[in-house]
Amino acid sequence: MADVEVESLTKRFGDFCAVDALTFTVEHGEIFGLLGPNGAGKSTLIRMLTTLVPPTSGTARIFGFDIVRDANSVRQSIGVIPQAMTSDLDLSAEENMSIFAKLYGIPRDKRRRTIRELLKAVDLEQWIDKPVKMFSGGMRRRLEIARGLVHEPKIFFLDEPTTGLDPVSRVAVWDMLARLKQERDLTILVTTHYMDEADKLCDRIAIVDHGKFVALDSPLKLKASIPGKNILEVSFSEIPPGWEDVLKRLPDVAEVKGEDHVFRISSNNGPRTTIELLEAARKAGVTVASLSVQSTTLDDVFVHYTGHQLRDALQSAPGYSSEFMYDRK
Amino acid sequence: MNRIWAIIERDLRRFRRSPTLIIVSMVMPLVQLVVLGYAFGGKIKNLKVGVVDQDHGVPAVKLKEMFQAVAANARTFDTIPYTDQAIALRDLRNGRINGVLNIPPNFSRDALAGNSPRIALVEDNTDQFSASALEGTLDQLLVPYNTKSIPPRLSPDATLSIVEIYPYVPYIQYLLPGTIVLAIFVSAMIGGGIIYIDDKARGLHEGYLVTPIRKLELIMGFNLSGAIKAVIAGVVLVTCGSLIAGIPDPFNAARLARMLVVVMATSLALISMMFLLMVRVSDPLVPRAIFGVLNTVLFFPSGAVYPTQSFPGWMKVITAVDPMTYAVHGFKELILKNTGLMAVSYDIAYLLGFAALTMAAATLLFRRTL
Repeated sequence: MADVEVESLTKRFGDFCAVDALTFTVEHGEIFGLLGPNGAGKSTLIRMLTTLVPPTSGTARIFGFDIVRDANSVRQSIGVIPQAMTSDLDLSAEENMSIFAKLYGIPRDKRRRTIRELLKAVDLEQWIDKPVKMFSGGMRRRLEIARGLVHEPKIFFLDEPTTGLDPVSRVAVWDMLARLKQERDLTILVTTHYMDEADKLCDRIAIVDHGKFVALDSPLKLKASIPGKNILEVSFSEIPPGWEDVLKRLPDVAEVKGEDHVFRISSNNGPRTTIELLEAARKAGVTVASLSVQSTTLDDVFVHYTGHQLRDALQSAPGYSSEFMYDRK
Repeated sequence: MNRIWAIIERDLRRFRRSPTLIIVSMVMPLVQLVVLGYAFGGKIKNLKVGVVDQDHGVPAVKLKEMFQAVAANARTFDTIPYTDQAIALRDLRNGRINGVLNIPPNFSRDALAGNSPRIALVEDNTDQFSASALEGTLDQLLVPYNTKSIPPRLSPDATLSIVEIYPYVPYIQYLLPGTIVLAIFVSAMIGGGIIYIDDKARGLHEGYLVTPIRKLELIMGFNLSGAIKAVIAGVVLVTCGSLIAGIPDPFNAARLARMLVVVMATSLALISMMFLLMVRVSDPLVPRAIFGVLNTVLFFPSGAVYPTQSFPGWMKVITAVDPMTYAVHGFKELILKNTGLMAVSYDIAYLLGFAALTMAAATLLFRRTL
């Protein structure tokens, strides 16, 4: 049995369909990422799974407990970090955690020990008695992560845990999550719109748009699923007529998209295409103003599946092979 | 039960760390008590009365001497002699004087002939308080004037003897029960209204809702923590207010204990009412917007500042259901009359019944989801 089993889960607000008949499972020990633009339905999905919002139709089970019929058993077995920072600024780190330990019914002798262990795990041990108003954003988020684990849940839901944090704090939060997952044998379901983080940490990623999954696979497979292995971004000072066709005929080029003098070229062999491109430019007397070559990132996957280009590309995308992919038609 | 205590503990710890809002809720009613108590409570003095004597006879002189005696002693009014009635009336209309007393030309002749002599008071009735003070004093003044020098042996006149069963109650003391109730109300409004909705808007409640806490435990936790803060405000007002208003023997332990019972019942009733009003609200502006309206609608019809018997029918309906009415009545009995709990048992029963009813309604309406 998977830790999370979701079947045709739907949420409508009037005529607006926030989550549209999603079906998926999250296996034990996975870090499952929900990646999508604002308003895609990520938070609504997490809120349904954490019993905060009742679904319009469909079912979901967490450890076999139904999110509607068995809501209290679900609540007892999950840890949740909402999007908003909800720790009390006037209370100390320990007090914040102790209140939640009591809400989860943790006995007194265990409470103190667990709180100390968790605060140590999130590197806040020396701040245990300090009021949270002295904490930075990253420290508050770490405290909330510790708070979410106070009843030792086996599955952890985090809604954009790094939004609003500086880059250093973001890295710290993700490192900590990866470590906690290992130490505590956690299954993690997380939403984010930072693709670099999702790429590094998630075992599988679902790209959400308009309440549907447009793609679901491991980051590696997702990147392989879009045309080309490298992306060349090149701009020219001036171009002769038919220059885009010249670029398309270069070796290993999978796709060319251009606007004015700037082109984005997907290539299956970046170095070779680059050499040939420079050679073609020299021969035609075209000056290259700038050139960059990079591997395909999740950013490209994201743009590919959710951007305007996606809507055109989805119709004819080559290499569209993953069995988990969902066509938006 | 532990979960209810967890909610209460969180709220009280926050209150202890930053008590500013609750302190403000106590200061406002205290300021009101002092300002309103002294603004309305004093006896009206030094009204200006123009006297136009068109008679100049001996009975008229006797009457004027009596006016001057009032001016010199009770000082309810000062007399200003006028020779021209038209000028006196003009000054009255311009607000320079508060009334014009006219002694007509035939006053002495009528008085000596035993022919019902009349004097006229022309008053500025836009100010009801000054006008009635003036009327009252002049009415009283005419009693000794009319007293016969040789009273008849057997008088057929009925007389009224007034027995006051309590010592004189200055207005500031009359206002104190309402002030205590107001402090409890403001605390309920801030704790159960403003802070509650602010927490909800900040997502704090989302943190509660993902835990296995039950609906009733949440509501009990919110209500009891709000009630505890309101009780603190009430107790502070009972003691400080009694000292400021000059209540005799303010620290009488038995009376303080009885007051605590009414403070607790009032706090529960008002916080439950507030919770019912806020149970479906999520916009932080709403409690701030209705604060003033709710205060006016509940406080003034409660009899806190003026006797309820004078209210029009529609307002008496509000008075009858308004929990503040019963709270104010309870405190008036205990503070001004030092009665026992039996005298206020109906008030306490109403307040507790009201609290139970509103809490039940709030529980039905409360949504355990976002």
